[in-house]
Amino acid sequence: MKRVNGRMAAVLWLGIAVVFLTAVTLFGWRVAESALMTDFSRKNLPPNGAYFFGTDWMGRDMFVRTVTGLSMSIRIGLLSAGVSSVLALFLGILAAIMGKTVDSVITWMIDLVMGIPHILLLILISYACGKGFRGVVVGVALTHWTSLARLIRGEVLQLKEALYVRTAQKLGVSRWEIAWKHMLPHLFPQFLVGLILMFPHAILHEASITFLGFGLSPEQPAIGIILSESMKYLAMGRWWLALFPGLFLVFTVSLFDMGGESLRKLLAPGSTHR
Amino acid sequence: MVLEAKNISFRYGKETSRILNDFSFQMESHERVGIVASSGFGKTTLCKILSGYEEPDHGEVLLDGKAVSSYKGYCPVQMIWQHPEQVVNPRLRMREVLNEGDEIEDRIIQGLGIEEDWKNRFPAEISGGEMQRFCIARALGRRTRFLLADEISTMLDLITQSQIWNFLIKEVECREIGLLAVSHSPALLERICTRICHLEKSC
Repeated sequence: MKRVNGRMAAVLWLGIAVVFLTAVTLFGWRVAESALMTDFSRKNLPPNGAYFFGTDWMGRDMFVRTVTGLSMSIRIGLLSAGVSSVLALFLGILAAIMGKTVDSVITWMIDLVMGIPHILLLILISYACGKGFRGVVVGVALTHWTSLARLIRGEVLQLKEALYVRTAQKLGVSRWEIAWKHMLPHLFPQFLVGLILMFPHAILHEASITFLGFGLSPEQPAIGIILSESMKYLAMGRWWLALFPGLFLVFTVSLFDMGGESLRKLLAPGSTHR
Repeated sequence: MVLEAKNISFRYGKETSRILNDFSFQMESHERVGIVASSGFGKTTLCKILSGYEEPDHGEVLLDGKAVSSYKGYCPVQMIWQHPEQVVNPRLRMREVLNEGDEIEDRIIQGLGIEEDWKNRFPAEISGGEMQRFCIARALGRRTRFLLADEISTMLDLITQSQIWNFLIKEVECREIGLLAVSHSPALLERICTRICHLEKSC
């Protein structure tokens, strides 16, 4: 009974995560216009029936701004994590199959990127790319591929020596067929889970460099911008400006994390027999 | 055809002791040779070298005068391993495992007692003995000339053992496949082999 419950819980969490994240992304996209709308007749309202998250000093609806910011964060996360994981897949496989020299160059690159604190490298890359949406995406993509690349490299190295792969070679199975039938099915779950678990990092880093002023430009309603602007008003007792966007950021990130973990549980080979 | 090992030496890594030392061996495709030795004397290693899974440090393995490692594509020397679960991909159905072999005839599949229903299962869903039959069938492809059987029946009960060995002997005899059998049981080798070879401890 317990096993079934575990699997069902994983499916449930995955479902909740997917539905919530899609809803936020699409809704945020649609209301992006009204997130910028100012109305001085309703400024500085605490949370109430009409404005769930209150309004700010320019009378902008904080609920709409939060959702739009999250939607933006999710899109940036998707894009940069996607680019980053494809990079990781490519470099990881190259390192494993192209021989010693390529392997040591790529391993050295992994160590180099891992050796520099993420946030520092991110700020530098984002600044060099002219900040904004592009800067953030390039920065996050170039800093987050390392651990997945390392994982994939190890996995391919292990698969190459697996007896069933060697036996297939002796049976005259072609290289492409071995790659397609024996290697990819083992790499795919690792890749997918790695990709999804990269989202929360990407979103958090996007928010943090935006907060520090090296990311998206101030007119965009990103979570990082909202949080850094609200800092000035916290001392005046306008707690709702920071609390709800912050809470929702944490909530989104942990949903991604939970979705990724559930997927890992579902895809783990043999877990049905545990 | 003749399978020949000429003065082969082998060790795993640099620091470990030598497993095979200047070992020479020859068999023809109508023979059934049994290899007897205690644990750690290099029986499996010998099979791996003969079928080209490992390269010897010195010496060479020749199949009709041509190095085994130089055969591209299907290797005429096929090995059946002691642990079948290591040589089948856990994510492939048994049908696909069989399809990797070289045009396996239905006669072989029936002779080994493989049931139609097993082919649709994944390796985790069948027993070790059932999986071993698939591995034996897969190694009996059309172009196989030598079969190296490394302790292939250890996990089977006696009735199944005799069923499988009877089939194998009949099969290798009528197709003139050379059989090299490795086992801890002298009685078994006595029964199935035409010649028995003892591996001596080297180093």
